[in-house]
Amino acid sequence: MPRAHGSLREEPSIDTQRKYPAMAERPLSPHLSIWKWGPHMLVSILHRVSGDGMATVGLAVLLWWLGALASGPEAYDTFASVMGSPIGLIVLVGISWAFFNHLSSGIRHFVLDIGAGYELEVNRTFSIVSVASGIVLTVVFWAMVLLV
Amino acid sequence: MSRSTLNRYGSKGTAIGQVRGLGSSHEGAHHWLQQRFTAIGNLVTVLFLAISLALLPGYDYATMREWASGVIPATALALMIVSVFWHARMGLQVLIEDYVHTPGNKFAAIALLNLATIGGAAFGLFAIARLVFSGAA
Repeated sequence: MPRAHGSLREEPSIDTQRKYPAMAERPLSPHLSIWKWGPHMLVSILHRVSGDGMATVGLAVLLWWLGALASGPEAYDTFASVMGSPIGLIVLVGISWAFFNHLSSGIRHFVLDIGAGYELEVNRTFSIVSVASGIVLTVVFWAMVLLV
Repeated sequence: MSRSTLNRYGSKGTAIGQVRGLGSSHEGAHHWLQQRFTAIGNLVTVLFLAISLALLPGYDYATMREWASGVIPATALALMIVSVFWHARMGLQVLIEDYVHTPGNKFAAIALLNLATIGGAAFGLFAIARLVFSGAA
């Protein structure tokens, strides 16, 4: 097999393609339009979504909670009634999921940081475990909130 | 460029080839490490908050205030504010750098981000201080 010349994005010349037909069909990088969903991709996207969701919505709710607590019972009741409404509860469940999801995929990042978990099967399994663990921990958290 | 570097990292003819083997530039490593250190701070302090909230008997004003104005919870909450706002600033900075490419707009977005996160953290710390020092109800 001859070595590809120049950069990966460079098209092989017509002569080269005639001489080595396989080169005309070799994958050229980047193929941005050809992809399919995989667990590693999902876990990466959810890490950013949950992190930036907490950084915006989560921190706003946190500050409202602390500010209301510091202001007195009336301000706290306003906060509690909004957060106790159906939409408020969806927001709270969303924030708690964002935390547990980001926590799980963050631990995955620490493992990857030490150079482990890059084998295809291990990486795939760990990605699925990260996403599942975020959901399981959220369910456990709300079970404790409601039952304890 | 020495001959051995060229052999190790390949052709200098491409954009990536020109920077391979030169080591990091700017403050990437510092940012990367701080993101990890604050992540550990978040792990400890936010888990403390989550477990505490899960174990509280109720979520009314009196119960919540009594818990939050205690020495250990208030200290943990203050540390949490510093850690999460720091980490959030770094995460949103990466988001801005990924999607805002015009230099002027990027500068403005990061300037606003600094105001929002430092201001938010200051508000949070002030609220905790007021909660603690105004005397528990």
